[in-house]
Amino acid sequence: MTYEFLQQYWWFLVSLLGALLVFLLFVQGGNSLLFALGKNDDERTLLVNSTGRKWEFTFTTLVTFGGAFFASFPLFYSTSFGGAYWLWMIILFTFVLQAVSYEFQSKMGNLLGKKTYQWFLVINGLVGPLLLGGAVATFFTGSNFLIDKGNMGNEVMPVVSSWANGSHGLDALLNPWNLVLGFAVFFLNRILGSLYFINNIKDEQLIPRCRRQIFIDAIPFLLFFLAFVGYVLLTKGYAVDEQGVIFMEPYKYLHNFLEMPVILFLFILGVVGVLYGIIKSVFSKTYRKGIWFAGIGTVLVVLSLFLIVGYNHTSYYPSSADLQSSLTLANSCSSMFTLKTMAYVSVLIPFVLAYIVYAWRALNKKPITMDEIKNEDHTY
Amino acid sequence: MFESIDTSLIDWSRAQFALTAMYHWLFVPLTLGLAMIMGIMETVYYKTGSVFWKNVTQFWQTIFGINFAVGIATGIILEFEFGTNWSNYSMFVGDIFGAPLAIEGILAFFMESTFVAVMYFGWNKVSKKFHLASTWLTGVGATISAWWILVANSWMQYPVGMQFNPDTVRNEMVDFFAVAFSPMAVVKFFHTVMSGWVLGAIFVVGVSSWYLLKKRHVEFAKASIKIGATFGIVASLIVALTGDISGVQIAKLQPMKMAAAEGLEDGGNGVSFTVVDDIKIPKMLSILATHDIDGYVPGINNLLNGGYKLPNGETALSAEEKIERGKKAIVALANYRKAVKENDAAAKADAKKILDENMPYFGYGYIKDPKSLVPPVGLTFWSFRIMVGLGGFFILLFIVVWWFHRKNKYQDMPWLQKVALWTIPLGYIACQAGWIVAEVGRQPWAIQDMLPVNAAISKLQTGSVQLTFFIFLILFTIMLIAEICIMVKSIKKGPEEIEQQA
Repeated sequence: MTYEFLQQYWWFLVSLLGALLVFLLFVQGGNSLLFALGKNDDERTLLVNSTGRKWEFTFTTLVTFGGAFFASFPLFYSTSFGGAYWLWMIILFTFVLQAVSYEFQSKMGNLLGKKTYQWFLVINGLVGPLLLGGAVATFFTGSNFLIDKGNMGNEVMPVVSSWANGSHGLDALLNPWNLVLGFAVFFLNRILGSLYFINNIKDEQLIPRCRRQIFIDAIPFLLFFLAFVGYVLLTKGYAVDEQGVIFMEPYKYLHNFLEMPVILFLFILGVVGVLYGIIKSVFSKTYRKGIWFAGIGTVLVVLSLFLIVGYNHTSYYPSSADLQSSLTLANSCSSMFTLKTMAYVSVLIPFVLAYIVYAWRALNKKPITMDEIKNEDHTY
Repeated sequence: MFESIDTSLIDWSRAQFALTAMYHWLFVPLTLGLAMIMGIMETVYYKTGSVFWKNVTQFWQTIFGINFAVGIATGIILEFEFGTNWSNYSMFVGDIFGAPLAIEGILAFFMESTFVAVMYFGWNKVSKKFHLASTWLTGVGATISAWWILVANSWMQYPVGMQFNPDTVRNEMVDFFAVAFSPMAVVKFFHTVMSGWVLGAIFVVGVSSWYLLKKRHVEFAKASIKIGATFGIVASLIVALTGDISGVQIAKLQPMKMAAAEGLEDGGNGVSFTVVDDIKIPKMLSILATHDIDGYVPGINNLLNGGYKLPNGETALSAEEKIERGKKAIVALANYRKAVKENDAAAKADAKKILDENMPYFGYGYIKDPKSLVPPVGLTFWSFRIMVGLGGFFILLFIVVWWFHRKNKYQDMPWLQKVALWTIPLGYIACQAGWIVAEVGRQPWAIQDMLPVNAAISKLQTGSVQLTFFIFLILFTIMLIAEICIMVKSIKKGPEEIEQQA
């Protein structure tokens, strides 16, 4: 295992976690539709109990995404989280609200009342995907940070990474392209949420509404998504030369797609999967498997976007304040020893995936119904 | 003029982290303890097939779930705060510290989140056996998670298995097993997880005692007390034992923490232990700290002034000398980087030599005033006494409750039931006090001797951190109040009503 291989391997794993996270944000997407789809209390209970059995996966994937990034690319972890402070903090606030809302909403004595907790779910469903999408977009658009490792030799001000402006990450929202990807992720997650409901719930009122909702969300999704893809293909990208010097290269990401055709293939396959899942679910009244096509498609699309921004001599976390502060796999990764040790640990990941699939299938064998929710021992 | 870090930024960053950690530790220990107790109860149900035990299990699982959610909510913030508020720390040691966090996510969190869902929603969907396995695996996941996060914490108290790399300007891992199985981590794991079990036992015994006081759910309460008290005796004895081992470790590895916890200004041989104020037990501190009746225990002044003999025969350096050597290391690092830039091999080798010689004191170079090496003594001193005193009381209580339960007299002893009920808040206080000793007692270090908190932070505006502090304070406090209200309602409603509702 060479150092370079390990860097690429860990970038792949981090990217995979990021891709799975965007898929699992169907929980958030579904929650953002809580009041749009659920016309009465019973229907909303059904929706909440559907995503409520999966929210912990999303949450865990978010945490593990952070942990894996920390272990494998610590300089990204410190620079981005410590710099884009407000962007991450707002994301985290909404996830905190979400974490208690399922468990608390129907319990007696919950202080704030059921509606409030349901609105917390909606807020997380709106803000979470939008800002996470925006944060991922900064991998292409750049962020306003400076890195000077020499600062450790300064005993008065030894902090290595700093943000070059006072808004600490909120400035990311001023770049329209970050918002474009944010909204694309947001609408995609709503689509995935509806597709999951179709798969997981059996209810004659609710499900046709989900199919209509997919259609409503698909149009803005396609507009935002295509706009962002167009931007990525046409824009100048942050490239790295053999000496590790960063420079701007026209059509960098287009070149990356063309120079790594496997990733291009995965990307196209993913797009086709998403479209197939959407179209078939909108036009067939009985089709329930759309979530799998669109879900796997989402994983492939997000994975390939992560890969083209990390591989092929590209800076994955570029600095718009100081080009040479930009982060690349090589200049931000952990030591060879740590990457190798963690690579051994990663051998366990297939086992983890296996029991997740096993437990998921055990719980999802039959779609949930209004009757079940009323007779179940444990419901939200 | 040099730009320097605003001290109020350090204070607010610490306050925010302390707030998150303390709230997190209000919910997690009960989760750890109840997980095991539920596991035992469901095993009884699995073996006997009695619906009574299913109800008992489900009741405690409801309580578990309410706690679990808030534990997760506060936990995610803790993990990300290493990045958001302690970014320089994350840069400086992420190569070592990130690994346990990632492993925790991969191995533990997925296990917890997968099987907790089966535990709640699988009663009518999976086999009894699979369900029982899921309940246990939820607890196992939580416990594995505790292992890795305590490995991470122990590493900050006692950094091992790493080497400083001047080219990347960070510490890098060179021995994974030294980190993952550091003696401090092993002791901390048992001490901390068992303290969670103790809290779980206190909670179960306390709540069950309340039912006895109210003459409700008597059979349920007796069954719960039997398991809770037995479990509590075992766990609390292990807590005491590991606490003792931990004392020796701290005396050796973090002597300033020990001195602060004892309020010991001037040490010596055969030092007595201060119970409170003037009540002292002769020689006891030497016994506790060194397991030797005449063992040498340095006091705060000894540690600052140096000059005493270390166990390895060397003479201890004074704080000033350590600071001096730390500054040398920092200057050498700057020179090393300069030499690399200028491609000056001789200067590079020179700087590297000075750096290596002084590296053990690197963190001292960022210390401005030797006095800041002394942690807040009063807080550490009293927290230590509260922790130890309550720990002893819990052992006694469990034994007494267990004994009278066995003699079938406990249900007729309302005074003891009241004591058990009011011990619940004491359990929480003991847990918090323990972490205060561990964390306040190691100030000013983020990593012992390697990085003080003022060099570990993110460069933010103090106002930003103040604002997020208050947002968290409000958020967590509302969550805590809601959680307590929900638990009280659920407990008042009791186990049988839950059964009827189902």
